[in-house]
Amino acid sequence: MSRFRLAVRIVPRKGLLDPQGKAVSDALHTLGFESVESVHVGRYIVIEATANDALSAGESAKEMCRKLLANPVTEDFEVESAVPA
Amino acid sequence: MKFGIVTFPGSNCDYDAFHAVTEILGEQAVYLWHKDHDLQNADVIVLPGGFSYGDYLRAGAIARFSPIMQEVAAHAKAGAPVLGVCNGFQILCEAQLLPGALMRNAALQFVSAAVRIRVENADTLFTNLYQPGELLRIPVAHGDGRYFAPPAALDALEAEGRVIFRYADAGGRTSADANPNGSERNIAGIISEHGNVLGMMPHPERACSLLLGSDDGVRLLESILSRVAA
Repeated sequence: MSRFRLAVRIVPRKGLLDPQGKAVSDALHTLGFESVESVHVGRYIVIEATANDALSAGESAKEMCRKLLANPVTEDFEVESAVPA
Repeated sequence: MKFGIVTFPGSNCDYDAFHAVTEILGEQAVYLWHKDHDLQNADVIVLPGGFSYGDYLRAGAIARFSPIMQEVAAHAKAGAPVLGVCNGFQILCEAQLLPGALMRNAALQFVSAAVRIRVENADTLFTNLYQPGELLRIPVAHGDGRYFAPPAALDALEAEGRVIFRYADAGGRTSADANPNGSERNIAGIISEHGNVLGMMPHPERACSLLLGSDDGVRLLESILSRVAA
């Protein structure tokens, strides 16, 4: 078993109303960032865990997302990396 | 009849629910600690409002894995009554005992107000003492109350008569203005497939005395009594 650092990214599902992203987008416009077309605010979660290899570490990160970290009704997730810690 | 009121770390409407059951309804109530596995033979389970686990991750996401939730799920699957109010509704959705999800209010603001809800189905365990279409005055207090489900799931809920309450204006119209949080189709409360699990954002336990502005919530609790006792 070795230690891995898992990074997962959770974002609101595309097409769903995202008032938080809209508020941030409006604030960026107010600040003069007129080129901003859209903003979506999600979560970035870093987990340190032991696993046999990077593949199984990544698989268990996906399972964590399905069971707890992401809401299957409203959010999508992506395991960004699973690297030795 | 015995009501079991679950206290999670961060619950804050458990005392209100206890008061409504014992003082207004005159029935028995016990607090159930979230770490226990014992429902203490309660007939009706109440998941109260509050901010369990500080709403960390998502409202209700962590509470659904509290030890007591295994027993609550078994109670629900056996067809026994479960009422989830506000955070309790969020927990029931996260636990997939009810479909859909409660998302951040469309206006991003926490909404604390007395709202009107329309009784959409008065032939349920929880609403049989109301008239169909009756308007109730019940308070809401939440930041994550925007009910969402995919269109096909919403159609199914409506077709099966499982939308129980909708936000409405004084004339009974389910207008956008009457919708405090941007919920899909003004939905304020839904029921499970077998009709024994109700989730709602408004707080009936806070509308149990005219002294507090409304007693429209009392009949919801009495409805349960009339069906279960009968």
